[in-house]
Amino acid sequence: MADLTSLTIAELRNGFRSGEFTAREVAESFNAAVAAAKSLNAYTVETPEDALAAADAADAERDNGELPPLAGIPLGIKDLFATHGVDTTAGSNILKGFKPPYESTVTANLRKAGAGMLGKLNMDEFAMGSSNETSAYGPVINPWRRKGSNVGLTPGGSSGGSAAAVAAGIAPGVTGTDTGGSIRQPAAFTGITGIKPTYGRCSRWGIVAFASSLDQAGPMAKTVRDCAILLEAMAGFDPKDSTSLDLPVPQWESNLSSDLRGKRVGIPKEYRIDGVPAEINALWDQGIEWLKDAGGTPVEISLPHTKYALPTYYIIAPAEASSNLARYDGVRYGLREEGVKTLDDMYAATRAAGFGAEVKRRIMIGTYVLSAGFYDAYFTKAQRVRALIKQDFRKAFESCDIILTPTAPSAAFGIGETTDPLAMYLNDVFAVPASLAGLPAMSVPGGLDAQGLPLGLHLIGNELDEQTVLNAGLAIEERAAFTAKPDKWW
Amino acid sequence: MADAAAPFRIKGETGEWEVVVGLEVHAQITATASKLFSGAATAFGAEPNTQVSLVDAAMPGMLPVPNKECIRQAVRTGMALDAVINRWSRFDRKNYFYADLPQGYQISQLYQPLVGEGEVEILTDEKDESTAKRIGIERIHVEQDAGKLMHDQHPTMSYVDLNRCGVALMEIVSRPDMRSPAEAGAYLRKLRSVLRYVGSCDGNMEEGSMRADVNVSVRKPGGEFGTRTETKNVNSVRFVMAVVEHEAKRQVELLESGGSVAQETRLFDPDKGVTRSLRSKEDAHDYRYFPDPDLLPLELDEEFLEECKASLPELPDDKRKRYEGLGITPYNASVLTAEVETARWFDALLEAGAEPKQAANWVVAELFGALNRRGESIDQSPVSPSRAAELLGLVADGTISGTIAKQVFEIMLESGEGAAEIVESRGLKQTSDTGAIDAEIDKILAANADKVAEYKAGKQQLFGFFVGQTMKAMAGKANPQVVNERLRAKLG
Repeated sequence: MADLTSLTIAELRNGFRSGEFTAREVAESFNAAVAAAKSLNAYTVETPEDALAAADAADAERDNGELPPLAGIPLGIKDLFATHGVDTTAGSNILKGFKPPYESTVTANLRKAGAGMLGKLNMDEFAMGSSNETSAYGPVINPWRRKGSNVGLTPGGSSGGSAAAVAAGIAPGVTGTDTGGSIRQPAAFTGITGIKPTYGRCSRWGIVAFASSLDQAGPMAKTVRDCAILLEAMAGFDPKDSTSLDLPVPQWESNLSSDLRGKRVGIPKEYRIDGVPAEINALWDQGIEWLKDAGGTPVEISLPHTKYALPTYYIIAPAEASSNLARYDGVRYGLREEGVKTLDDMYAATRAAGFGAEVKRRIMIGTYVLSAGFYDAYFTKAQRVRALIKQDFRKAFESCDIILTPTAPSAAFGIGETTDPLAMYLNDVFAVPASLAGLPAMSVPGGLDAQGLPLGLHLIGNELDEQTVLNAGLAIEERAAFTAKPDKWW
Repeated sequence: MADAAAPFRIKGETGEWEVVVGLEVHAQITATASKLFSGAATAFGAEPNTQVSLVDAAMPGMLPVPNKECIRQAVRTGMALDAVINRWSRFDRKNYFYADLPQGYQISQLYQPLVGEGEVEILTDEKDESTAKRIGIERIHVEQDAGKLMHDQHPTMSYVDLNRCGVALMEIVSRPDMRSPAEAGAYLRKLRSVLRYVGSCDGNMEEGSMRADVNVSVRKPGGEFGTRTETKNVNSVRFVMAVVEHEAKRQVELLESGGSVAQETRLFDPDKGVTRSLRSKEDAHDYRYFPDPDLLPLELDEEFLEECKASLPELPDDKRKRYEGLGITPYNASVLTAEVETARWFDALLEAGAEPKQAANWVVAELFGALNRRGESIDQSPVSPSRAAELLGLVADGTISGTIAKQVFEIMLESGEGAAEIVESRGLKQTSDTGAIDAEIDKILAANADKVAEYKAGKQQLFGFFVGQTMKAMAGKANPQVVNERLRAKLG
């Protein structure tokens, strides 16, 4: 029997259904792999019994005909998703020990589809970060290393634990969340695939909020097909989330096709930015060739407000976060600092002790841009620019069907190498415009750089058109034939 | 009454001052049993923290979902106040930290409220149409209430009760159009009346389902607006009037002694009848309002608005005018329409066939008097509108006299029997039988020959004496008109 942890979700599904192996064998293999990979620091909580229980249920059901789509598949869950009775901390000290008496809609959907849970995955605190270094649990270590080097690299962020888990084979698929690139950049840094669907496809109910107008859940896995399988299970209208889309969930998996004939591939000229390594631009050019080969027609497009996307994002996201994080006040749950005299002192002491530096920085930025006298100059202006960025995409999609760009401006970097917050924010320069526009976007591995580190290609689709994103991703996946794996050192 | 129409003035040492008042009324939407953004219940007086959902407690990852019925009630209220309904509105977050505010922000509407400008007509003297005045409504927005801190549960700690947290409120903001305590009182009473007609708010000020923030400033009559103070959470009409009275006097004294009015938030002390400073403008929060990204803008379609409009009952002003058209006096019409329960009761009385003028007089004099005496509200009246119509019908068709009607009514209140039944069983039917009446008259005239002589000599006022004697002899059951006729005939 092959090493079950090296299989894709589609392969696990087929093998389990055809009786090649049991769901319990799958769960045990992953549980063992998780237990042996502690040095990656990918999991904050391990729940092997949960994975086994779901597996046993799947095994018991297997001969009884109809199985739910994810029967026999154990998954890793980002620590931002509320999981009933299981620690949910958003990577923060302020929620240490918090066990929600409820289950997020997305994870409830996955459970309904038959999936078990391997554990909760480490992440940047409150999903604020691009390297997983802001986690209260310490950084996740990227399974990939530079050729001939032992330097620990970051897996990107904020879904760094999620990305590392898939890359290291300690979860066949995982949930991530993406506010400004938090699925796509770590997917690129770890040589895996991850998709952020259209804003509203997945319910935000039960996901610890960072920036409500941008947060969106999505899957991360080894392949495009696996992402389609997982997204179908995660998505769907939820009356408990006013911003969730009241639309049926498309059959993304069965409609997968790498035939791009008749599709126009938009190449935004503004994404050719200074300081991006030649290797990344070369991979981008290669990506254009691959999509041409699949039948697509490249067209140059213009997204003129792209250059304002990052500053716009760093006004809107912190503004919303400063308000969303006000509930962590020590009154009802989570951390509370005792030994203070007044309510205000308790707030101050609790939040000073509970939040890390990056979260505090963003709360302060957000509070500032919403303050009397600054609101119009920052927040209102940013909302206007956001509308212009959306308009850019709307116009662009009149002349193309899918947009191709690099995912990130660099490969994975070393832990502790990037200390300047602004330099860190630049990681999401390609990812953020799609977030501001609420569009579906995906990162697919394209190849390795000279140091042997994976690089990703980024596909942005029109509103609700996840199918074309997935199809173009499949076309790249087939042609890139990315089979490289990190050498196991952990 | 000319007095009521005369402008209210505060007499200071430097001359007369005018008071300018605006009210922000917070009215709980009591028409729904659940909160604005969660399904939790809203019963008054429940055990602490028993009416709290995960959303109200602001657990991580919880999201608000607007309660459509709350929006509907606010729209109906806006329509009843002749206000512009904004088809596109939005919720904003008002950010501040307090232990009774789990989210760390209140969801409200600052930038695009649900309801825009409207107005209500008030009468400071309900007997006098000339005291009518229109008070502008600036806006109505919908927002969440906060929870409550309990400071008496523990020696060193405060407890938090989140039952009220997330309860739907309408904030009805008036224009600074009121110029006296009486106008402020009349406005609040009228608003309460309209809300109760619409059914959106029960208007129960003791239970906190309606309370007012009172904005007061003073100026020389017709001059520039002065600096205003805001007295928070005033919970009765009487207190609102007291706040206006007290604040106006305090501000005039302050200004005339060379001081200036500070723009500040004040609290009313009902025991002492004074206001005191709570916080100054400098201490005011920066609420950092911004559109709530968890909620989509509210867009109202034509069908929804039409349904809201169609569901509105006849409102107090229209009802009053209709009653006046039926010949009811303006005063009675005003009294009968002030409270929705009274109006409903009176409409049922008319429905049952009572003659409007007679019915109005009877309700205002007899029914109110009886209920007052018994300490009952009109809803608790032991006599139903149809039974009352029966009673009034007996008077109208001459079956019983007004005097007997009072007796019958008393028996109805006690026994619950019907009027006709009482009249029948107790033999109270009025008689127009001239034979019986003549017989009694003859006896009386014979027994009072001296008075008959005096009457015939010109002492006309003795006629009443003969009527009284005859009625008494007939035990009140004789038709007074017939008695009059027969007496005149016999006395010549």
